[in-house]
Formats: sequence, structure tokens, C-alpha cells
Amino acid sequence: MYTLRTLPGDDVRQIMWRYADRFDLQMSVQSTRGIARTVVAKLVAEGARNTHEWTDQKAELLTAFDQSGLTALFMDPHQGGFIEGPKNLALALAAFELAWVDGGAATCSLATNLALAPIHEKGTPEQRDTYMGQCVPPQPGEDREIRRGAFALTEPLPYIGVDTGVMCGKVRVVEWNDDDPILEVDKRGRFITNMDFADFVTAAVESDDDRIKGSCMIILEKEDEGTYDRGAPTLKMVHQLSSTRDPVLKLRVPASRIIGGFEIKDGTVIPKYNHSEIIGSVFHRTRIPVGLMTMSKLISAVEPVIRYHRKRFQGGDTAKEGSPRFDHGLQMNEDALQRLVDVWATGEAGCSLGFAASRLADAFDPIEKEKERLFAEQGIIGPRKQMMTLRKLKDKVLEFIELEYQPETERDDDRYQALKGDTLVEFAYQEALAGILNPATKLWCTGVGATVMREAVSLVGGYGITEDCPGFLMQKWTDTQLEATYEGPEAVQRRHMSVTMPSEIFQATVSAWIAQLRRVGTEVPGMGTDALASAFELWQWTMNYLQNTKDAEGRKLYHNKRQGVTFPMADALSWLLGPYFLTLDIIELKEKGAMNPVLADGIDDLVAFYMDMSNVQAARAAGEAARICTELVYGFSSAVDTAGLEPFATLKAKVDAGMVGARLSKDRAGKALSGVMIPEALDYPL
Amino acid sequence: MSNEFHIVVCGSIVPDPLQTLEPVQGAQGPELKNEMMLPAVLDPWAGHALYEAADLAVKNPGSKVWLVSLGPKAKLQQVMMNIAQKVPFELVCADGSASGFTDSFEVAKVLAQSIEGIQGMDKSKLLVFGGWQSASRGSCAVMQMVGEMLGISEQFQGVDKLTAGGGGALEIMERIEGGAYQVSVCTGTPAVLGWATGELPEPPNNPQVGMQNMRLVMPALQQAKPANVQGSSLTFQSVELPQQRRETRVVKDMPVDDMAREIAEWLNS
Ligand SMILES: Cc1cc2nc3c(=O)[nH]c(=O)nc-3n(C[C@H](O)[C@H](O)[C@H](O)COP(=O)(O)OP(=O)(O)OC[C@H]3O[C@@H](n4cnc5c(N)ncnc54)[C@H](O)[C@@H]3O)c2cc1C
Repeated sequence: MYTLRTLPGDDVRQIMWRYADRFDLQMSVQSTRGIARTVVAKLVAEGARNTHEWTDQKAELLTAFDQSGLTALFMDPHQGGFIEGPKNLALALAAFELAWVDGGAATCSLATNLALAPIHEKGTPEQRDTYMGQCVPPQPGEDREIRRGAFALTEPLPYIGVDTGVMCGKVRVVEWNDDDPILEVDKRGRFITNMDFADFVTAAVESDDDRIKGSCMIILEKEDEGTYDRGAPTLKMVHQLSSTRDPVLKLRVPASRIIGGFEIKDGTVIPKYNHSEIIGSVFHRTRIPVGLMTMSKLISAVEPVIRYHRKRFQGGDTAKEGSPRFDHGLQMNEDALQRLVDVWATGEAGCSLGFAASRLADAFDPIEKEKERLFAEQGIIGPRKQMMTLRKLKDKVLEFIELEYQPETERDDDRYQALKGDTLVEFAYQEALAGILNPATKLWCTGVGATVMREAVSLVGGYGITEDCPGFLMQKWTDTQLEATYEGPEAVQRRHMSVTMPSEIFQATVSAWIAQLRRVGTEVPGMGTDALASAFELWQWTMNYLQNTKDAEGRKLYHNKRQGVTFPMADALSWLLGPYFLTLDIIELKEKGAMNPVLADGIDDLVAFYMDMSNVQAARAAGEAARICTELVYGFSSAVDTAGLEPFATLKAKVDAGMVGARLSKDRAGKALSGVMIPEALDYPL
Repeated sequence: MSNEFHIVVCGSIVPDPLQTLEPVQGAQGPELKNEMMLPAVLDPWAGHALYEAADLAVKNPGSKVWLVSLGPKAKLQQVMMNIAQKVPFELVCADGSASGFTDSFEVAKVLAQSIEGIQGMDKSKLLVFGGWQSASRGSCAVMQMVGEMLGISEQFQGVDKLTAGGGGALEIMERIEGGAYQVSVCTGTPAVLGWATGELPEPPNNPQVGMQNMRLVMPALQQAKPANVQGSSLTFQSVELPQQRRETRVVKDMPVDDMAREIAEWLNS
């Protein structure tokens, strides 16, 4: 039996989440943490959340974000930022740190970035530099006010929500000229974050004029001619440290505000990008930090719950000093320890997934740009042509995936390097992977996370549902419901995943993972990799079955109209992803931790604890995935056609057998929690 | 008229005071339980000295600030991710224990040697800053010995304020008994100042300063030489936590009179 000496600190996180070499990110974590555990925590403790109105007190947050570099985190150095290159991991870490104390503060910090994201992803270079530059806090000697933005997609009922097709926001030409016609934009928003103080809005609108083609996103400024009505505040019961209102905007702006630019052809303004293209590329990235916010809260609950459990009976007549009841309190009960292991393990798995997704997003950004450059150079314009070109590369991509997951010592390195150097090959692989990891992070971390956060609240009993609960657990729990909703509720994420899941490229990736997990299982047994590998196999078999089988009534099973089939398959897959990435992070910790002077001494114990958490989570995930697959495979059959399902039954039995030892792992991990040293007090106010 | 100062701040890390600090017997003598794994912070006393140093440097253009640290460099590096964003400085690191159980004389020796070794430092402009005590040892001895070893006899302890006048004179306000201050005028550098809290708040993090500092901090950490603090004959008979148990109550909006009454009652009980 090992001992868990202390709760994992920065040294552990930097290794697991792979930013041990990035001092820029480490610094930004420290700055964000400083704000979270002082300014933010104070606001929550003082009851600033008890109103949905935006108050002067809440506005202190913005000043703190500006001062500490958080506002400029999204910008490039030439715009006034300080981190070079893609910033998905940086933003994910910042969201994690803020949500450790309060999710609404995290939303508040991310919202201006969300407003800028359409400009950042698809804006013209001038738009990018202008608006990004304006949103950087003024440096000493600069005489200007900082500007902040809001992102307006969602509209009053019955218009845009989950479905972004039918819009009430309109744009028309009011004054034609051949360079930069003047447009009138009419947009009503619902639930628009930052709207109390936003100086500009990036709005999705549709043409209401023959002289404008399709839809676009457009920048509106508060100084523009017309109505810039911030509207009524949203009477929200969560995330009150962010501002949300339903604005009414009717403004005249030049066409050059269309994000990404436009051309004029035959007297018609043709925006370079329609609103769906822009939204697609924005949400692709910004959903990752939201998932991590919920996971951060789960892990943040560990310390306050342990402290509450240990001290539960201290001070009473019955628990004499030195007695087990005095020293261990509620931790004398196995269940209290083991349910906390579940909470923690869920948080770890979700973080491993979310941070893997944000690292992938960082890697993908330059490759996507290079792909666009290559296609432009070769004159391959438009999504159809590009897809045809990529399709021709399929064999190469599949070969690359196989090599990517082979041990370095065994693979043909020349071939691997050659394929890795092929931008389009890498693009095709990463696009499919991101098409799963990004929505899965949002879906699983917020959805399952909300349920598990409730369990954390339960562990503190009645105290858990009061304002005084240390660690603000009740607020954190209710906040998860918004995290599961905004930037696309779970249905949206399931839809995204179910489109990519059948792709041959993603299926090849799953096959490579299965082989990798089996290998890891022999090298480092005890992490639940067998259960996980078998569950992936079962899932893959089920996918194949559902795609090639009709139900008892003769209807196709895996079909985009059949959410009763595709959505649960997305849920099943999303359960498995967290534990998969957690095993990789533990292996990294095992290797790098041993070389880290701070961790080396206790690394075996720490890794043993993590392996047990991984085993616990893998068994849970494999069980969930297997249950869903079973319902789908048997649930649509009639008694007569279950004959061909023996392979399924065999695979399922393998999943079950893979759980060997998982409960022993939970026993050990629970016991470790009874001995772990925690700080004397929480490092933020109550 | 402005002065040019070469300000060397001595300061290292201490375990985060919120952690459970439990003395145990280690292989080399007493240590804190799980000390290596506990998160660390910059010693608050040294922190005050560092922020005062930075402020003095800004007010006297041409001045420069070094932070000389004896500490385990991997842990020091973590702390730098925060501290290096606060004010501009150059780090000089001696890689060794920052434990409160090391002999203060040995520590002073390493610090004095490190200061002597700083390239480009002009001793005639030197101000050696530090905390008048540390949060880990609290002996109030290190800075005095550093000064002696460097041959600097102008020493001030418990400093809360330094005003540099024209012509290089330094007006220094030191804490003395009974909540009173002693104000002295020192004709110029070099001098040693052991700071109490000073008068400045902790500056907010500024990532631009951080990125600037890191260009020198990272190489300084990588090149840090192991420091030898084992030469001591110091032994510990026993080590224990103060017996007085701290009982914290969080009470909102308590009138000052009630607070005073409660303290008086507690003292009398
Ligand atoms: C506090 C807050 C802040 C917000 N900030 C912003 C912001 O800054 N900018 C912005 O543009 N928006 C913002 N939103 C809006 C948010 O993104 C939307 O609420 C969200 O996308 C869901 O839209 P809806 O509420 O209209 O849900 P609906 O579209 O009505 O969906 C409700 C539910 O119906 C089901 N459903 C709907 N469509 C489908 C489908 N096709 N398939 C299967 N099931 C389906 C799902 O269960 C879904 O959860 C914010 C919302 C809140 C509450």
C-alpha cells in the first residue's frame, strides 16, 4: 500500500498537462490563480452573486483581469499580448484556474475573447489588428480606453438557439456605393454575455436584400448611427459574475465591417464567409475551456470535502482528542472516502481529455492555416474540391495513423517522418480527431460533470447546500448547468460527434488506440487499460453493426435523423475518451516525474494512486459504454435476430473481465484519501 | 538629483503558510513533513524588501535590482513563475536547501559569496536588502552576517521606510521597541537594510515584466551551482511546534470595541 502524501501541486499538473517547458503558460496560471483566489473569491464570499444585475462591485473583476494580463492573454505580442502562437491551452488553463473558484468569473474573462474569436479566426488582417489591439489594456503612456466585446448569435424565441439556421437578425443595403456600401443591421440578441459593458458586438445576421448574398457575421460598435440598446438583463440564477442581457441593435455600418471581408460582383455584396462557417471555426475551439471549467470544480471540491469530513466531530463532547472519531471524522466511513474518489477520478479524466483537446487545437491551428495556403496556391477552392483532394490521401492518412501510435522503436521512422511532414495528411488526421475531442470535452465534462458535482455537494450534507459551504460547492454545482448549455447544449455536441464518428480516419484512430492500450496494459498493468481497450472494441463493433443493420421494423439504424441511435453512441464514446487520455498522462507523470527533483522522492506512491484512480474511472466508463452499446444492439432487435450477436456477447464479456481489480483500486485510493495531508485552511475566503 | 543604486535583495522561498507544517526527523536532521512536495511562496519579509528595491530603482534611474536566492532550484523556479511578474530583477541562484533548519551562518556565507560573484555589480553603489527575519527561521541573524562578511558596517534592521535624498544620503526609518521608530541618516552606500513590512503593497502581476525577467531567470536557474551549507556543527536537541493552538473564527462585521474586549479577556484568562 502506498501513501498519498499531499494533494498534487503545480509540478504534477505541468507534467501531466504538458506545459512543464512553457514558462509563459506557468506564469499565466499563477496570475490567474492570484486573481481567482483573491478578487473573485472575495466577490463570491461577499454575496456579489446574489443579484443578476451587473454592479460596480462585479466590475472590479474586469480591472483585475486587465491588470494581471488575463485580458491580453488571447492577443499576439504585436497586438499587445505576450504569448506567441496558438493560445488554446493557455485559455484552457486560465478558465480552469478561475472556475476553481467561480465559473461566472471564468465566463466573464472568456467572453471578450469569444466576441473577438470570429475576427481572430476569419477576420481580415486589418480587422484582426484593429479589434484585438483595442481590447488590450492600455500600457503606461498610452492614452486610450480599453474596449470590450460581446458575441451575439442567440436570438429571442422562436429564432436561433441550438439550431442556427433560421435567423431574425437581418442586414440590408441602405446606401449603395461600389467600394464600401452602407448597410443597416437589425439584430436582437438573447442571453448575450458582456452586454452591460460591451463596446462592440460581433453579430450573426442574414441578408434581407437581393444585393447581399446569404448570411454573415458583422461588427457593430456602440458609436454607430442608430440604436444600441443593451436591453433587459437576463434573470439568471447562475454565473452571476458575468453580465448577460438581451440587446436590441439597429445600426448603420459600412460593409467593411463584415467579418472576413466581401467582394462586389454584379452589384451584389458577397461576404467571404457565411455565419455558419465562422461559427463553426469559433466554437470548434472555445468549447474546450468550458468543459474544463466544470472539471476544475470537481477537483477543487476534493480539499474542502476532506477537511469537512475530518473535522466533522471535533469540538463535541463525544469525540475526545486523539480518538479515531476526532481525528478521522466522517472519513471513518468507507463510502465517504470512495465517493470522493469517484468525484476526483471524474475530474482527472475530464481534465486529461480537455487538455489533450486544447493541445491538439494548438497543434491544429498552424496546420489548418498551412492547408489553406496550400489549397489557395494550388487553386483548390471551395469545400467540395478540398474534400475530394483530401479523400484521395486516405490511404496515406490511415498509414500515418498506424505509425503514429506504434512504439518509436518499432516503427519505420523515415516513412513516419515523411508522412508527418505532409501537411494535408496531418490535417486530415487532426481534423477528424478534433471533430471528436472538442465536442466530447464539452459534452462529457459538463454533462456528466454536472451530475458528479451534485455528488460532491452531497458529501458535505446540509452544509453543502448553503451559501457558507467552503469551496462554494452549491454555486459550483448549479453553474455547471449553464456550462452544459451555452456555446451549444449537449444535443449540439452529440450531433457534431455523430457526424465524425463513422469517418474511416477516426475509426482507424480508435483501432490504433485499442492496440496502444493493450500494449500499455502489458507494460504498466493496473490502470484499467484492458477494460478500456475492450470497451473501445465493443463500441467499434456496435458502430459497425448499427451502420449495417436495420431495426426489427426494417428502418436504418445509424442515420442522422435517428438521434435515438447516434446520440447514445456519442455518449458511449465520450465516456471512454477521458480515461484513455488519463492513462497517457499517468505514463507521462511516471516517466517525467522520476526526473523532477521535487517529485522524484514520492513519485512511485503518487503514480500508484493515480493508477488506481484511472482503474476506477476506466471500469466505470467501460461499464457505461457497454451498457449503452447493449441497449442499442439488443434494443432494436426482435427475439429472432439475436443469433448473429455472439461476437458482441464475447466482446462484452471481455469488458467485464477487464474490470478485474477495479474495486480493489477504489479501496486503496479511498484509504489514501484518509491519510493525505491537506492545508490547514482553504486558500481563498469563505 | 538622482542616485544610482545597485540593490541586491536576499530572499528565498518558504512553504506556503496555509499548509500543515509538521516538523519531522529526516536523514540530515530536522525538516518539515513532505516539505519538498508542499507548495512554496517567496518569503514574505524578503518580498517586502524586493518590492521596496524595485520601487527605489524606478525612482532612481540607472539603478539595478538583483535577487539572490539560496534555495532548491526546482522549487524556486515554480515561485519565480509568480514573483518574476511583479517587478524587474535579475536572479542569482545558489542551489541548496532553503530550510529553516540550516545554520544561519552557513546561509550568510553562501549569500555573501554569491553577492561578491555578481558581474557588473559596483560595491560602492551597493545596497543589500533582505527581510529583517525570514518566515522559516526567524533568527534575524542572516542579513547582519551577510553585511559583516561583505565588510558593510552600515546596517539597519526592521526598516519600514527608506528615502534617498540628493547627494546620496539615505534616511532610514527602523522599528524599535514599543511601536516607535528610529530615524537615521546614512551618508551613502554601501549599506545593509533588513526590511520589516515596508510601505508598499504586493504589485499586481504583469506578464510583460514576467516575459522580460524570464529571459535571464531561466538561464540563471539552469546554471545555478550547488551551494554547500553542510559545514555547520549545529545540532538540534528537539524540534516541536509551538504549543499554543491557533483557533480561527471568521466573524463578519464585529465592532472594534468588541474585538478589543475579547482580546483583553483572552490575555487576562
Ligand atoms: C447565461 C447565458 C449566457 C449566454 N451567452 C451567450 C452569448 O454570449 N452569445 C450567444 O450568442 N448566446 C449566448 N447564450 C445562449 C446559449 O448559447 C443558448 O442558450 C444555447 O445555445 C441553447 O439555445 P436555446 O436556449 O435556445 O435552447 P433550444 O434551442 O431551445 O434547445 C433546448 C433543448 O432542446 C433540445 N434540442 C434543441 N434542438 C435540438 C436538436 N436539433 N436535436 C436534438 N435536441 C435538440 C436540447 O435538449 C436542447 O438543450 C447564453 C445563454 C445563457 C443562459
